[in-house]
Amino acid sequence: MVGEREFPGTPLSDEDLHKGKVLTVEADPNARYAWDTGVAIGRFLAELKNGRIIGRRCHRCRRTLVPPRMFCEQCFRPTDEWVYLKDSGRVNTYSISYIRWDASRVAEPTIPAVVEIDGAHKGMGFLHLLGEVKPDDVHMGMRVKAVWKRPRERVGSIRDILYFKPY
Amino acid sequence: MGLRRVAIVGAGMTKFMRRALETGRELSWQASRMALESCELTLKDVDGVVIGTAPDVFDGVHMKGEYLADGAGGWGKPVLRGYVGGGTGVFSPIQGWYHVASGLFDVVLVVAEEKMSTCHPHPQGAFLSIFDNILERPLEPNLIWIFALEMHRYMAAYGISKRDIALVSVKNKRNALDHPCAQVAENITVEDVLNSEVLVWPVNRLDVSPVSDGAAALVLAAEHVAKRVTDKPVWIDGVGWHLDSAYWTNRELCYPKYVEYAARMAYRMAGITEPRKQIHVVEPYDPFSYKELHHLEGLLLCGKGEAPQLTADGVTQRNGDLPVCPSGGLMGVGNPIAASGVMKTAEIFWQLRGEAGKRQVPGRPTCGLAQAWGDLMQVGTVIVLRT
Amino acid sequence: MGSLEHIERVDQLGQWPGEMPVSFLYTVGVAGERFLRELMENGRFLGSRCSDCRYTYLPPRLYCERCFAELTDWVEVGPRGTVEALTVAHVGLDGQPLAEPQTFALIRLDGADGLLIHRISAPAGQELELGATVEPVFHPRAARKGSILDIQHFKPTPARRR
Repeated sequence: MVGEREFPGTPLSDEDLHKGKVLTVEADPNARYAWDTGVAIGRFLAELKNGRIIGRRCHRCRRTLVPPRMFCEQCFRPTDEWVYLKDSGRVNTYSISYIRWDASRVAEPTIPAVVEIDGAHKGMGFLHLLGEVKPDDVHMGMRVKAVWKRPRERVGSIRDILYFKPY
Repeated sequence: MGLRRVAIVGAGMTKFMRRALETGRELSWQASRMALESCELTLKDVDGVVIGTAPDVFDGVHMKGEYLADGAGGWGKPVLRGYVGGGTGVFSPIQGWYHVASGLFDVVLVVAEEKMSTCHPHPQGAFLSIFDNILERPLEPNLIWIFALEMHRYMAAYGISKRDIALVSVKNKRNALDHPCAQVAENITVEDVLNSEVLVWPVNRLDVSPVSDGAAALVLAAEHVAKRVTDKPVWIDGVGWHLDSAYWTNRELCYPKYVEYAARMAYRMAGITEPRKQIHVVEPYDPFSYKELHHLEGLLLCGKGEAPQLTADGVTQRNGDLPVCPSGGLMGVGNPIAASGVMKTAEIFWQLRGEAGKRQVPGRPTCGLAQAWGDLMQVGTVIVLRT
Repeated sequence: MGSLEHIERVDQLGQWPGEMPVSFLYTVGVAGERFLRELMENGRFLGSRCSDCRYTYLPPRLYCERCFAELTDWVEVGPRGTVEALTVAHVGLDGQPLAEPQTFALIRLDGADGLLIHRISAPAGQELELGATVEPVFHPRAARKGSILDIQHFKPTPARRR
């Protein structure tokens, strides 16, 4: 880059692209999927429907893993047993979201958090939302407990837990 | 180790833009041709091509490496396409390096390209499947959640404030004013950052790099060719790469271990035992303001939690003791996913040759480092360059 | 050592549906703009020529893929061409049978080295052969948008006299 010569590239404005100033072609891949839940997550979801959180334990490294997996990724061997965990835990980290995935704004902010689950190995958590709490009242390490949907409303989904609330 | 010495002998790039007229192939050609012209080599001299480019779904083409190959000098040549998220931008030069170091190729063209503007309504839609499709997507997340959660964990672990972190946005966007390809260079203050729209607290709009189109390219040559082609070959003295688990909620987010392991691999190869003293200029990956700090610590350039103080003390300014992101980084120049890291590698190349123009750091640096990062907070890729 | 569990009943199989909610808006690029605007405005085909490699690209490129030179030599090609390869599709993109079979061909327009792919429409009962001469049928100017579909299809022409 000797000197400040002109670099290639032709920037377009939003209007250029969307109002027909340049020629464009549209395509819609219509990409839809049906993911197999597999052995571990299949059981995890079935247990959520029952109002329980389940993990898997590796006897070699002695970690109880959640979300459960049939293999230990550190020991690279099959995991050994199912272990029921509590539906309470601690907030490992949290944030306050004002936007949706397409960058549009939401009316009410949500509180995403990583919740470390009681009974699992230290630091083992999963992503969920906090509820029944104001963002300003949340703190790191806060004790929380799952608030479940009513049994007949549960379908075997991570959203069978509505959110975690302080307790 | 039985490996040959490899140098970077040329570099080129396009402007980084929110939306480009050029197709991905045209962008690739513009950057590649500039890189070849900068060292007066032609396509005939190129033995093989390494292409780095992010998921096909951004540009909306299938088999993006193959698609770009014609514009990246790959016609009728051995071509390799690699991808490790944002880490690609330093991983591609590493792949180019082992092509040449192994003795199989004498001259390799490394090209990275992204045309994210194709993806509608927003490239974020393509990022959605970075989340676990079964356990996380039903919660309706967006990509910024993960960064916000990591940023908050980092802040809480070391008592770092948003104000401390905002200094990175200010520095990099100001540095970018001197980069002719910069997309979002501007003079802002810490207050501007703190007052900008809160996206996912603690991430504000001015804490985030933009969506970009762009391409960048490097020419790598074996020692006997490099010495013939240029007076100032920039030697690739160290490379490292490392991947952590995709179970991001099971990891300690306040420290990027995988960056440290990648750095150690590169430092061992380069004979670096005191990185802070032996490395003169650094381009760590800064897709978010806090990431520059996170990565400086992972690169062992300062202790854990100490990077904010380094920044506040002015050490990381261009005329400071350890200039960081003299290019303006992703925060100022732009972030076409795979091309960003090649831009950073090119920046170190130009800095070590004294060719960075207004961005030149004083003191004739002879050793520099570029680092990229990507995937689900997983990959560290590091390259150490020396003249 | 633990053992893997097996799924033995079909009702143990679970699936989770989802999608990638993205669509694409492609720019046609610098060379593409020139090519498609010429089709739209004048009903003419332009190729770009590399004189060193002696190759005329269709669709035209900004650069030569073989030697990387910037291509500034734009030449008119066609409108007639010869059929280099031919296929008849009976099934659509969704895997369902088409109401009418559709014929597609790779066409070498006169003066071009690269081949163009497009639809062929032949009068009923006329078998098209490799090497047949074809010519484009354009939509009226007002209906053209700067798209490859500004050409409705190619149709067979009587062979040229030498």
